[in-house]
Amino acid sequence: MRFWVNRLLGVTGALALLYAISVWATENLQEYYFKVIILCGIYIILAVSLNLVNGITGQFSIGHGGFYAVGAYVGAAWTVLWQPEAARALPLLQLNTLHGHIVNLLIALMLGAFAAGCTGFLVGLPSLRLRGDYLAIVTLGFGEVIRVVLLNIDAVGGARGLIGIPSLVQSGNLGFFWVFLFVVLLIAISRNLLQSSYGLAFLAVREDEVAADATGVNTTRVKVTAFVLAAVFAGIAGVLYAHFFINISPDTFDMNTSIIITTMVVLGGSGSITGSVLAATFLTAMPELLRDFKEYRMVIFSTLLILIMLTRPQGLFGHGELGYATFQRLIRSGRGKTL
Amino acid sequence: MTTRLLEVKHVTKRFGGLAAVSSINMAIDRGELVGLIGPNGAGKTTVFNLLTGVYVPTEGTIHFDGRLMNRCKPYQIVRAGMARTFQNIRLFRQLTARDNVKVAAQLRCRCGLISSLCRTPRSLANDRQVNQIADELLDVMNLQDVADARAGDLAYGLQRRLEIARALATRPRLLLLDEPAAGMNPQEKVDLMALIQKIRRDFDLTVLLIEHDMKLVMGICERIYVLDYGQIIAEGAPSRIRRDPRVIKAYLGEEYGDVESDTGTGFSVRTEV
Ligand SMILES: Nc1ncnc2c1ncn2[C@@H]1O[C@H](COP(=O)(O)OP(=O)(O)OP(=O)(O)O)[C@@H](O)[C@H]1O
Ligand SMILES: [Mg+2]
Repeated sequence: MRFWVNRLLGVTGALALLYAISVWATENLQEYYFKVIILCGIYIILAVSLNLVNGITGQFSIGHGGFYAVGAYVGAAWTVLWQPEAARALPLLQLNTLHGHIVNLLIALMLGAFAAGCTGFLVGLPSLRLRGDYLAIVTLGFGEVIRVVLLNIDAVGGARGLIGIPSLVQSGNLGFFWVFLFVVLLIAISRNLLQSSYGLAFLAVREDEVAADATGVNTTRVKVTAFVLAAVFAGIAGVLYAHFFINISPDTFDMNTSIIITTMVVLGGSGSITGSVLAATFLTAMPELLRDFKEYRMVIFSTLLILIMLTRPQGLFGHGELGYATFQRLIRSGRGKTL
Repeated sequence: MTTRLLEVKHVTKRFGGLAAVSSINMAIDRGELVGLIGPNGAGKTTVFNLLTGVYVPTEGTIHFDGRLMNRCKPYQIVRAGMARTFQNIRLFRQLTARDNVKVAAQLRCRCGLISSLCRTPRSLANDRQVNQIADELLDVMNLQDVADARAGDLAYGLQRRLEIARALATRPRLLLLDEPAAGMNPQEKVDLMALIQKIRRDFDLTVLLIEHDMKLVMGICERIYVLDYGQIIAEGAPSRIRRDPRVIKAYLGEEYGDVESDTGTGFSVRTEV
């Protein structure tokens, strides 16, 4: 009981803090930087969720953009296509109040997450029997299939995409709040998984699948779980993107997007949550801040990736985490030196 | 409850044209300590892979505790109570020794995904319990000092013991050991023999053991199966196996057959799956 009271207080405190930062950021940051920060948040969700599959469970999936697209399109389809119908029947859903916006955003998030999760299950169940390169090829193909399918559905605008989606995420100065709510949630979930003995099964699959099998781990189930969980969060990232940046088209979710997300995970060190967060921030912010070099973005990416793989094949952080313990260690070793 | 724990009937495994195991019969009773010996490539490891569901038999049936196991997945077989170690050590190398054991111990503890993701009191209690089980087993296998070391960094003999600890954490009734003493020095082998007998008593285990070291096998096994070219050519008490002319010809060689000598450690040991 005491535990739950503490938990409730902790969560409420975190939400309040997040809200305060959100209001501050919206009022004080230049719009351009604000957008870059939101985009960073969205890519952090994408990278940390893919890290569940590629880093923690050791499967090599490179089609994460596909789930991102499913979430974005299903969420946007609700707001653009279905919501007007539903609002006629249910006044609660009308878009003329803030709480109407919030309710609709939550519905879009649920639908997007659910659709992406189901897609993850359908793609994962057959393809996770494949290993290494084969899984990579199947997931890459999946991402492309999604893009081509979207290109050919007229109801969602075909190649033009959906334009002028109501910007539900931004209403009430909550843009930062929504995006970083899911950033924090996902990081907390990943960390809890890594620290629980239940989560060891995921690492066991990464380390040695045959041995994991022989230790009683239902390896198929573990892999599908990781895949679905990652897809759900990619879907959420998609809904957030669609309702913040208000225009989406199949090209928003092309192969480059998938590859950039994979790059973030590899760069950060497969398995390291903090690594994924920092790599996602860096790779999102860098091309924006170096706008003049934008055409060279992919060149810089690939050069960087090659350099890092040559010098640190395990990624910047390897399997390690940057956290309180690291700082303690740094401080201790720093003290050691001064003495 | 019958005394029969494992029953293998007419089991054959073919890889393409090659029959790695052909029509073997084995029966093991509860509490027995049985050896499985034979020359390199005889099919011993293949038998283990068949028992643990890594391979599906081409023909024949495997009953464990009265249940037909032929088509079960490896993890289902482990949950039914059969655990193994590997000839070419397969630890989770990046994880600590304790975490290796915890992966297996988690199996007997019921705590779901959602609970773990939310870090509920239930999941925390489960973590404590799993930790405790792991520490107990590390103690049993004399690994308490290296509990926090990375499994991949451990010395060879310790890695072999850690594999046994991990297998024990699944609470097996039948323990399959694939060359547990391979690569150990004579003193380590003696310790291991004592340890196997101890865990067998303490955990009420039935053990099936593959081993090339004849001194070890003859010393602790109550019964031995001899495999050659995928067929069982002899079965019985060590004293009988030692005198069996076919076994001497196929495997033991003239020096070891019938003679109580210490030269049995000289067999070549090849490492593969
Ligand atoms: N997956 C496989 N595919 C093809 N052939 C295999 C496979 N597994 C085993 N074999 C073959 O089956 C035969 C038996 O191999 P197995 O590993 O069971 O021998 P073993 O008795 O364990 O030998 P050792 O004492 O060297 O460990 C060998 O000829 C081997 O090459
Ligand atoms: Mg073998």
